[in-house]
Amino acid sequence: MSKNKVLMCGNEACGEGAMAAGCTFYAGYPITPQNELISYMAKRINETDGAFVQAESELAAISMVLGAAAAGVRAMTSSSSPGISLKQEGISYLSACELPCVIVNMQRGGPGLGNIAPSQSDYFQAVKGGGHGDYKLIVLAPMSVQELFDLTFLAFDLADKYRNPVFILGDGLLGQMMEPLVISSDMRPTHYNKSWALTGCKGRKPGIIRSLLLGDGVLEAHNRHMQDKFSLIKKTETRVQHFNTRDADIILVAYGSVARIAKAAMESARAKGLKVGFIRPITLWPFPDKAIEDASAHAGKFLVVEMSAGQMVEDVRLAVNGKARVEFYGRMGGGVPCEEEILACVEASLKSGGAAR
Amino acid sequence: MKKTKKIKKTKKVKKTKKVKKEVAFKNVTPNPASLRTVDNHYCAGCGHGIVHRLVCEAIDEYGIRERVIAVAPVGCAVIAYEYWDFDVTEAPHGRTPAVATGIKRVRPNNIVFTYQGDGDLAAIGTAEIIHAANRGENITVIFINNGVYGMTGGQMAPTTLAGQKTSTTIFGRSLRREGYPLKILEMLAILPGVKYAERVAVNSAHEVLRAKRAISKAFKMQIDGKGFSIVEVLSMCPTYWGMTPIQAADRIKNEVATFYPLGVIKSC
Repeated sequence: MSKNKVLMCGNEACGEGAMAAGCTFYAGYPITPQNELISYMAKRINETDGAFVQAESELAAISMVLGAAAAGVRAMTSSSSPGISLKQEGISYLSACELPCVIVNMQRGGPGLGNIAPSQSDYFQAVKGGGHGDYKLIVLAPMSVQELFDLTFLAFDLADKYRNPVFILGDGLLGQMMEPLVISSDMRPTHYNKSWALTGCKGRKPGIIRSLLLGDGVLEAHNRHMQDKFSLIKKTETRVQHFNTRDADIILVAYGSVARIAKAAMESARAKGLKVGFIRPITLWPFPDKAIEDASAHAGKFLVVEMSAGQMVEDVRLAVNGKARVEFYGRMGGGVPCEEEILACVEASLKSGGAAR
Repeated sequence: MKKTKKIKKTKKVKKTKKVKKEVAFKNVTPNPASLRTVDNHYCAGCGHGIVHRLVCEAIDEYGIRERVIAVAPVGCAVIAYEYWDFDVTEAPHGRTPAVATGIKRVRPNNIVFTYQGDGDLAAIGTAEIIHAANRGENITVIFINNGVYGMTGGQMAPTTLAGQKTSTTIFGRSLRREGYPLKILEMLAILPGVKYAERVAVNSAHEVLRAKRAISKAFKMQIDGKGFSIVEVLSMCPTYWGMTPIQAADRIKNEVATFYPLGVIKSC
């Protein structure tokens, strides 16, 4: 096994992860701060037999992905917050039709046109279902350039395995920053049987990809089937990292780029002798509520840090279910918390005591 | 076989009247193989059933049934896949040409066509049709223009004629208030990516034959790799025109086709 070490920005690493996973179709529409990704895919896919389309809109881009996914290939689109809002229509259809694909959101400040600075205020949209109907996306939250590569690679396998769209929830900081990336030469995507794909009906019955189910009880049965699938995904695909949670008085919870800042704050706190732990969800859906619940048995407090007004904190509260106190520190509209800010919050919280058991 | 034997027998008996009757009942236009023999949900006098059949006849004519991947619209033809015996996917409303683009780009050897109504193509999907056409996607578009939203109860479509009463223009379409009927085929025809554009109708046997030729040609264009082809079909909606099927067919000739002229608009 040979390893290739390169310097790349996060958006490019995401694209390279897609290429390593065998992505052969990409459609997208330019929007900052994910433009390096669309340009990278234009270059890389056109070096292969795959197809790249710069779409006329986000609506068209996600629908092109729907077409390519229905035809059985590995397909991807990417955007940033306002563009992801437009894609919700297609995402709902892809989920309903059980079509595998990968969707990347390099979040920027909102609401509205907002700004182009990093943000995490699309958490609800990603994990609760931004489009209509009862569906779930598998939502992966990378925290480094390396993980943008690794988790995008994983995303394609998960999408095919469960016939479900997989969402990469990054942000402008992760997309733009450059870090060393190690690419193994022996990464091989898993091959999944796609007998459901539309390829022309030679030698088989004609296939239909549809989400319109009008017969009495048929749509409810389909929803039950989807919920069963989501239960299975929750059981098997939850991913989380813990650090120093065993003896912690307070546990920091953060994801994505904030996770690396929060982790640094934890390390500084530990150096000062403060018993601070850290939990980092890698999958935002399925949310690692078991890990949080277990930690609440021995930590009195949680401090959730996000670049939002408080979105993931609601899932932490649901997981803790009143067994510990859950505090929140957030920055909005493109504000990025620094290590010292988080450390100050931790110290203030520990000083105030008041762990609610 | 049995039938022909019977006919021969009757011939021997020389009962000429009976022979004529039996010949008259012989099915000389069996269903195309690509069209399922099932009841459909279309109203009496609706043109969709005719166009579904013409599409299937063209597909059978070229022997491409096993290569076809169709994209069904949102609208009256939303469940076209219940009637067509080949691969079909649905599409979000109006995104039909974008879905077709995704399919054709990854499966260029398949024959990909969209089947869209005037709401799907000329209203909510205007951007998608213009850009698919402008990219010169090698796909075929069958565009049904009946001037109303049928599935949702007869509201005004972009193609509704001036003065036409619909459930959202109860006193008739006012050009001042609702703007002009959209001649989207003429708009598309100016794009270099469009290689074939023809407007036909299905209001009479004569027009149906012309429509069949146009639809066949549109598929041939794709088979030959020529690029984007579109056939607009002026179709009847007796239900939401408030007419009998015969009145509706006459209206195509006397009103609709005078505003939307029939014929080849572009052929490269």
